[in-house]
Amino acid sequence: MSVERIGKIEEEAAAAIAGAGDTAELEEARVRFLGRKAELTGILRGISDLDPSERGEVGSAANRAREAIEALVAGRAGELEREELGRSLETDRLDVTLPGSPPRPVGHLHPVTRTRRLIEDVLVGLGYRVVEGPEVEHDFYNFTALNHPEGHPARMLQDTFYVEPSEDLDPSCGSGPMDVLLRTHTSPMQVRAMEDSPPPLFVIVPGKTYRRDSDATHSPMFHQVEGLAVGEGLTLADLKGTLLEMLRALFGPDREVRMRPHFFPFTEPSVEFDVSCFRCGGQGELEGGERCGLCKGIGWIELGGAGMVDPNVFGFVSEHGYDPDTVTGFAFGFGVERIAMLRHGMGDLRFLFENDVRMLEQFS
Amino acid sequence: MRVPVSWLAEYCDPGLEPGDLARRLAMTGTEVERVSGRMGGDTGRFVIGRTLEVGPHPDADRLSVCEVDDGTGTRTIVCGAPNVAAGQTVVVALPGAVMPSGMEIGEAELRGVLSSGMICSEAELGLGDEDDGILVLEDGPEPGTPATEVLSLDEPVLELEVTPNRPDCLSIYGVAREVHAVTGAELADPPWDGWIDPGPEEVSGLASVRIDDPQLCPRFTLRVFTGVEVGESPAWLKDRLVSAGQRPINNVVDVTNYVMLLTGQPLHAFDLDRVPGGELVVRAAIEGEKVETLDGVERELPEGTVVVCDRDGPTAIAGIMGGASSEVSTGTTSVLLEVATWDGPGILKSSRELGLRSEASNRFEKGLHPALASRAQAIASRLLVEVCGCEAVPGMVDEGAGMPEEGSVRLGVGTTARVLGMEIPPATQEESLERLGFAVEAGEAGFSVLVPPDRAFDVTREIDLVEEVARVADLDAALPATLPATSGGGLSREQALRRTAEDAIVAAGFDEAVSWSFTSADSIATLGLDPTGDPRARPVAISNPLSEEQAVMRTTLLTSLVDAASRNLARGTGGVRLFESGRIYLPPAGNDEAGGSFPGDRPAPAFEPLMLGALVCGDLVPGDWRGDGVSADFFSLKGVLEQVAGSIGVSIEVIPGTEPFLHPGKAGRVLVDGQDVGWMGELHPSVGSAFGLGPSVAFEVGLERLVAASPSGQESFVEVPSFPPVERDLAIVIPETVGASEIEAALRKAGGDLLEEVVLFDRYTGEQVGEGLCSLAFSLRFRAPDRTLADQDVDPLWETIVESVESIGGTIRG
Ligand SMILES: [Zn+2]
Repeated sequence: MSVERIGKIEEEAAAAIAGAGDTAELEEARVRFLGRKAELTGILRGISDLDPSERGEVGSAANRAREAIEALVAGRAGELEREELGRSLETDRLDVTLPGSPPRPVGHLHPVTRTRRLIEDVLVGLGYRVVEGPEVEHDFYNFTALNHPEGHPARMLQDTFYVEPSEDLDPSCGSGPMDVLLRTHTSPMQVRAMEDSPPPLFVIVPGKTYRRDSDATHSPMFHQVEGLAVGEGLTLADLKGTLLEMLRALFGPDREVRMRPHFFPFTEPSVEFDVSCFRCGGQGELEGGERCGLCKGIGWIELGGAGMVDPNVFGFVSEHGYDPDTVTGFAFGFGVERIAMLRHGMGDLRFLFENDVRMLEQFS
Repeated sequence: MRVPVSWLAEYCDPGLEPGDLARRLAMTGTEVERVSGRMGGDTGRFVIGRTLEVGPHPDADRLSVCEVDDGTGTRTIVCGAPNVAAGQTVVVALPGAVMPSGMEIGEAELRGVLSSGMICSEAELGLGDEDDGILVLEDGPEPGTPATEVLSLDEPVLELEVTPNRPDCLSIYGVAREVHAVTGAELADPPWDGWIDPGPEEVSGLASVRIDDPQLCPRFTLRVFTGVEVGESPAWLKDRLVSAGQRPINNVVDVTNYVMLLTGQPLHAFDLDRVPGGELVVRAAIEGEKVETLDGVERELPEGTVVVCDRDGPTAIAGIMGGASSEVSTGTTSVLLEVATWDGPGILKSSRELGLRSEASNRFEKGLHPALASRAQAIASRLLVEVCGCEAVPGMVDEGAGMPEEGSVRLGVGTTARVLGMEIPPATQEESLERLGFAVEAGEAGFSVLVPPDRAFDVTREIDLVEEVARVADLDAALPATLPATSGGGLSREQALRRTAEDAIVAAGFDEAVSWSFTSADSIATLGLDPTGDPRARPVAISNPLSEEQAVMRTTLLTSLVDAASRNLARGTGGVRLFESGRIYLPPAGNDEAGGSFPGDRPAPAFEPLMLGALVCGDLVPGDWRGDGVSADFFSLKGVLEQVAGSIGVSIEVIPGTEPFLHPGKAGRVLVDGQDVGWMGELHPSVGSAFGLGPSVAFEVGLERLVAASPSGQESFVEVPSFPPVERDLAIVIPETVGASEIEAALRKAGGDLLEEVVLFDRYTGEQVGEGLCSLAFSLRFRAPDRTLADQDVDPLWETIVESVESIGGTIRG
């Protein structure tokens, strides 16, 4: 009788435990099936009174049943706790749509800085070092050593800000009204860099430059990046490849570069370089047949100047290991603002320097 | 340089559309700014019209009032021509049309009648000489037909942007040679061919020149023309000049301009009768000399300006502009024609000093070869006789140093490939050079190249020939793109740390300003700096600034930051958190390191350290729905500065010390390793209000000094202690004049090596502690690296700490 009864008790207990709706009901079920007055407890207690032939069978069945019921109670208790916690958390709600607090303001780098860093990173990746030079500069570095002889009309190509002679300037400065100036390009650093370290030399020079000019596309102050590569066997084809890599990194992998012969006193041959338009894909017109406004229908966007370093420039640094007969080099330069404006579709260059936070906060 | 396509075609006609030709030129080094029409304006404003009614003007005898059908309707035009009549087919310039003379046609009331447009004469359209009446066309074209379909109003003109090394392209024949070189189209013989030097002969009795300094004037030629009839030029000549952008003046002057445009060599015509004795002297002007130039302006000549003088003094400014006293006018009967060569740099210098540029100076300043003078004389002699009905007196005065030696330049066999990284067959190289006018002699080792006078100053070296070959070779299409082998680029450690610091202040919620390096002297003056002692009061001054606002270089980032802040506030931004990372410009004296030093043999003229500056006006962290934010006060900004310095491992210290532009009680010097690197504090209220700012706090520190102090990347690891610490709090009452950092230093000294950390966690001033005193609460943490500390280890230290507090005037509380 007992063994069947034990099985029955186990079934009843399982049903009662599963049906317990909260911890109180569960406790009630536990007491009912496992408490001191419970039937199973009674059976266990009475085992010693049984016939020895039954003891083993009934004893082990009763113990198994007790363990099983205990496990069911523990399992159900866990379930009920989770349910109850869930219910209590359900009522403890936040409006997650409220703003974060306190509102940490987010700062922004200026688009010129962002763009300058981007260019630096691209050229660093191509194996260039970054060097910087002074903005208040000797005529010697800005013009003379860049093969703009005194009285050369090329000096007039760049409308120059001159610095008033003063005893406050370095004693190495001439006292003439045109001896010291605000550099009109980052190119003076070409000569300084070559004076500083022998070839092979791969440097870029980011920095502020100045020209006496002010309208929507000309600012009296702007930023340039200059590149200079000097070594044995460098060619114009190397310049083209370098520009191509750089422009693809800046404007997309499908871009092409175009070089148009030009004139700069400190490079020979000299070129201006263009990038194929990234809006119309160099077609000059948009999908609907409309003329592309970015490249003005030309398919190319003018970016900067470049060329092979003129041997006369090496002549100024020949004592520093730059023998025009053994080394060649190329140089390139372009405006940082122009790149920034093209990348972000900005119109007026001068607005960049007004530092309107509504402009600054657009770039991340 | 305006190059009318028809004039160009007379010497070289590649048979290309002007747009295509422009592209070819652009890809070979001659930038074409645009292809425009001869008229300059919109030729669509010229249409065929028909006169419907013509009646007398009610108020003017010689004017007629015409009703004209212009194809879209009837318009009233007042016309002064005697030959106007009803039923004529005419050319109407609609309002908005620009005449070749530059006059813009509008609507105007002529004696009470509104005239809307103009009926044109042949001369007005620049088509011919006829100016006695309107141009009456054969019937046929319907009213409204664009006039360009009937008349050749719209000749295309290439507007070239000529680089300063190519004065030869400031001439029609020079451009023709360039077109020949890049297209291969046939080039006509030079228009000066066949010129035979006339020798001195008779002319020497009529004219002479003495050159005082042959440096200034390598060549000076003169011819004399008698029996000149000054008048209007023939239509073809005026047409050419108008198309090329020159205003016709009279036949003599027009011929000189025409020859200049054709050959690139400027000429000048004197009225011989107004040059006493025909005797000219070329010399440098002496101080105070004046001359009235052709434009009617009396000009004082800078010393050293080269002048052409007659007996009475300067009568022309050499190479720049003729003088009024010897100007050719209607009464002129004898012309003295000067074709000279001037020293380029000298002309450039004088033209700049005078603030006077002309077509002539634009060419001379780039350097012209003396051989060009004969070319111009040859063509001008022929044309003056043809156009002005005069006679050329045989012979030519020809003074100067003689022709410079012809230069021959070698182009080695492999040179072009070595520079370009691309092979160009020798035969192609030779052909390109010859088309460009070079005489090439091929040899074993390469070419020996004779440079024509047109290119004498531009092409003097082998590399110059490489460029010539390269640019004609369709460089862009053919050149491969290769990459050179480089080794190890990268940002320097300092550059990387600078970025980290900038990123840290961005992370603290600041927007970056990039400001003008310029500022105004006034702006600096507002800061109240000591004008003698403070280098920031002595800015680098620009001698030719665009405006007073941009006349000097900034000596502190503060002027830039307040400027940006006040602009933003004026535009309605509630508050700003701005920083700038940029250079300032100071006298170099005593500042030879730690920033602002650059590579190169010559020191920089100014000291240009990189600074990091920040300014907050309004909240540092805005308040919100849960409560107040963090207002921009001294300590919140100091926290930012500590955070920025901390981002590169630098700790800063701030000690009392002020700046004239800061609140005297809320200002400090920023120290790094005991060295002064800058300032921070609240803006002085009067400075703030001068810039329209409310309460603001700011700092400016030397970024290079901060970076120099950074241990980043060079730290050596210190074992992390694993034994538990002992923590004790200490409350002291001390005079307010004793700085917190001084107390902390005393605590650390007394606590010795076991004192691991000192944190100020409360500060109180008020009645409970008494006037002039404050209560400070520190928590101290002691730890030993090798054992667990017990109270008895700390007790003796505690006594020393109490003593040290008392020694600086404090008492222990509680
Ligand atoms: Zn496009």
